[in-house]
Amino acid sequence: MPFDVYLNVAVGGVLTGLVYGLMALGLSVIFGVVRVVNFAHGEMMSIAMFLAVVLFSAFHLDPLIMMVPIAAVLFVFGYVLQSGLINPFITRPEHSQFLLLVALAIIIVNVLLIIFGPDARTVQTAYAFDSFQLGPLLVDATKVYAGAAAIVFAALLFAFFRFTLIGTAIRACADNYTGALVVGLNVNRLYALTFGIGAACVGAAGAMMTLIVDVTPMIGPTYTLLAFVIVITGGLGSMPGALLGGILIGLTEALAGLLFTPSAKSMFAFGILVLVLLFRPQGILGKRPA
Amino acid sequence: MSTFAARLTADVSRRTMLWLGALFAALVVAPWVVNDYFVTVLILILYLAFTGQAWNIMMGFTGQLSLGHAIYAGLGAYVAAALFTRYGVAPWFGLLAAMPVAAACGAVIGFLAFRFGVTGVYFAILTIAFAEFARIGFDHLDIVNAAAGLFLPVAQYAHNDLWRLRGSPTMFYYVILAATIAAFVLCRLLITSRIGYFWLAIREDEEAARAVGIDTFRYKMYAVTISAAVTSFAGVFYAFFYNNLFPEQVFNISQSIQMILGPVIGGVGTLFGPILGAFVLTSLAESLNSALTAMGLDLPGAEQVFYGVCLLVVVAALPEGIWPWLAQRFGIKDAAS
Repeated sequence: MPFDVYLNVAVGGVLTGLVYGLMALGLSVIFGVVRVVNFAHGEMMSIAMFLAVVLFSAFHLDPLIMMVPIAAVLFVFGYVLQSGLINPFITRPEHSQFLLLVALAIIIVNVLLIIFGPDARTVQTAYAFDSFQLGPLLVDATKVYAGAAAIVFAALLFAFFRFTLIGTAIRACADNYTGALVVGLNVNRLYALTFGIGAACVGAAGAMMTLIVDVTPMIGPTYTLLAFVIVITGGLGSMPGALLGGILIGLTEALAGLLFTPSAKSMFAFGILVLVLLFRPQGILGKRPA
Repeated sequence: MSTFAARLTADVSRRTMLWLGALFAALVVAPWVVNDYFVTVLILILYLAFTGQAWNIMMGFTGQLSLGHAIYAGLGAYVAAALFTRYGVAPWFGLLAAMPVAAACGAVIGFLAFRFGVTGVYFAILTIAFAEFARIGFDHLDIVNAAAGLFLPVAQYAHNDLWRLRGSPTMFYYVILAATIAAFVLCRLLITSRIGYFWLAIREDEEAARAVGIDTFRYKMYAVTISAAVTSFAGVFYAFFYNNLFPEQVFNISQSIQMILGPVIGGVGTLFGPILGAFVLTSLAESLNSALTAMGLDLPGAEQVFYGVCLLVVVAALPEGIWPWLAQRFGIKDAAS
């Protein structure tokens, strides 16, 4: 195979990986602050994907624009979920939280299945078959738009945590729970906000993903697992790590799909996960626990 | 043998023995009383009680949350079914191959996790990753027909062939009943032995267990290999009862989740919890299914939604499970709790 085939596939993989990264960023933010492992992450993304599909097929609204209202809907969902259901669990044992979210994941998948049926749905935008040419490179327009949108969204998130007062307060909660309580922060509300923000990330990522993949109710668990692979690879709780992990996994999947068979591509992602867990359990950019 | 019996019955009150005896008698006569549909439901209940018991060895006794137990059942199913269809090897011999394979797989996962300090949620994710790896791997493994599925020859059988596990649901019922009792007895023996006390110590506080000189790595390895080997029998049973295997189904994460529902709802770490949980959950789910069918509704996800809601309610309201709560009311002591 000529070299530019590899290059094309690699660029496509990196762009898809940016969207993966944004999805994983949501998981990482939630874990980094609330210390709850959101096992319903992929399922929340599939809610966003179905919202995008329905909005597109009913009103021809472009998922790239609908990304903003969908993220807002998921924000509310995440906020309510944390303050209503998960908050009493933050002091429970880890496996108890885990099972709670597993239960939630099962419910989401199957409610979607009941509503939408098992068939795959697609979003066929007017630019679905466009591509950009750059020398030998030929890149799908949808992937470029999705990747660019993911970068914008992630940048906004970084800015939010860096420069706003609420962002700083959330980081304070993550750094020192007791300290945050002492200085009078409303930790429960900040936790709910954080969960909402994480859900908004995955909502936006879900809207973008509809441009790249078909949607079925059963994809939820796959993406939950993928999000875990990415954040563990990048470093659980590290925001740049999540993006980097996303790009790495996107790239791996794309190349594995080209060199072997597309249906076996996630085996390579799991291979990376196992290697990272064994040799650098804190992740590429994660801090080693003291 | 007498020490065996003594250890089994030590510390068990006469009333508990009577209850267990009555339950046993009811389960033995059940196929003569109920119709074939209910026998099939009972098989499902016992299957889940069995796998729940096996899973409990890891999570309930040793505190290691495995969410990928489908890999052990799946390996057991595939090994025995492949030996049977290709070489005509009887399932009981197949089991002799399936158990070491599953145990070895458990040992590999356990070694990697425990040696490299992969704990808690990370451990759970590692187990899922291995099960998913197996699912996709078997989807591309041509010697077992890959994604097209492996089928066992099905025919009308005039009589039950216990050796080759071909026959009526009633025969399968007694096989899984015997297996569930065996698993129950095994767990009882394990948990009242030295190894069981070490497991409980590790579950409660691993640092402290190590500090008093328990080789925690070794005992966690015992837990994962025993649990895997026991689970593999469930896989063999599954293969010969359902006669078809698809990687998409047997290695699916929903299989792993289904295995943990019984013990979680019944009571993690108790001996009777997995059985009670499987019983409660499956009978409720079957009732729901019948009710939906009677109303003329065909909702493929409804049963799963129901499982999800049950899990949610139990985790939120009765985090210890139903059995410890019930046992306390009736004054029954469960060895493991």
